[in-house]
Amino acid sequence: MVKIGDAPEGIEGQGFFATSLDKAIGLARANSLWPLPFATSCCGIEFMATMGANYDLARFGSERLAFTPRQTDLLMVMGTIAKKMAPVLKQVYDQMAEPKWVLSVGACACSGGIFDTYSVLQGIDRIIPVDVYVPGCPPRPEQIIDGLMRIQDLAKNESLRRRNSDEYMKMLESYNIETTEK
Amino acid sequence: MLDLLNLRTNMSTPESYIPILLQMGVAVGFVVLTLSLSHLLGPTRKTARKEDNFECGIEIKGDARFPVSVKYFLSAILFVLFDVEVIFFYPYAVNFKSMGWNGFMAVLAFVSIFLMGFLYVWKRGALEWEK
Repeated sequence: MVKIGDAPEGIEGQGFFATSLDKAIGLARANSLWPLPFATSCCGIEFMATMGANYDLARFGSERLAFTPRQTDLLMVMGTIAKKMAPVLKQVYDQMAEPKWVLSVGACACSGGIFDTYSVLQGIDRIIPVDVYVPGCPPRPEQIIDGLMRIQDLAKNESLRRRNSDEYMKMLESYNIETTEK
Repeated sequence: MLDLLNLRTNMSTPESYIPILLQMGVAVGFVVLTLSLSHLLGPTRKTARKEDNFECGIEIKGDARFPVSVKYFLSAILFVLFDVEVIFFYPYAVNFKSMGWNGFMAVLAFVSIFLMGFLYVWKRGALEWEK
């Protein structure tokens, strides 16, 4: 059965429907998130199950995975990120299309997990801004889906001006992310 | 029914293709319009780092295009040649008995031609890697 996304709040009448541009664009963005799966360990296996027929991430408009950052707006980091991997992850994030969201899946990506050691990044939020954290070691597919739905909520309710605000710019600068052309 | 069909064919003048042209115009126009609109109106943040080539997030080292020794090409193409020769043996092996002496002679001729080619390649030194 095909389920069409719920219409946002707006003024409805006979033969017309009016809403704000923010909400219309948010609705489109939330239901067509294109993920880049950055799977480095066992959480990636759970993600494979999430993409499979039983859990089927395609129900949320996210079946179109890409392994190039140019075409994606949702970075799903699943697994342990070693410090050697950190610059790679950073560049992938930097080169993704605007606007972009980050979903950190599993204890390792969120905080380093059990790998409290010199070689492992203690949470990806040390190098890139994270929107939603999914706990678990590894989390079940239901949890990953829940994380994606929270990202959808963020995308749906995001103001179009948010990513140009001073607050957001300051946040990017705190992560040493270039904001203007050099 | 036949009359109807005749009527249809009589009616197909060049003008009757205008709706199809219109439809094609609308289809192409929609794609071009939406792609260019999203390109123009969509949010972008162009920085040097973002415009950099993507090589799986790893720093770029060197150029993808550099001269490679011709020996690689020569060995590869010779391998393909003799590999295909061996592939021909499979259908022959299946039909070995039914083809009899005639088939055997034909395959022998085929192999000997290839063998001459092999000797030629060998003599010319195409198989010597370190030279």
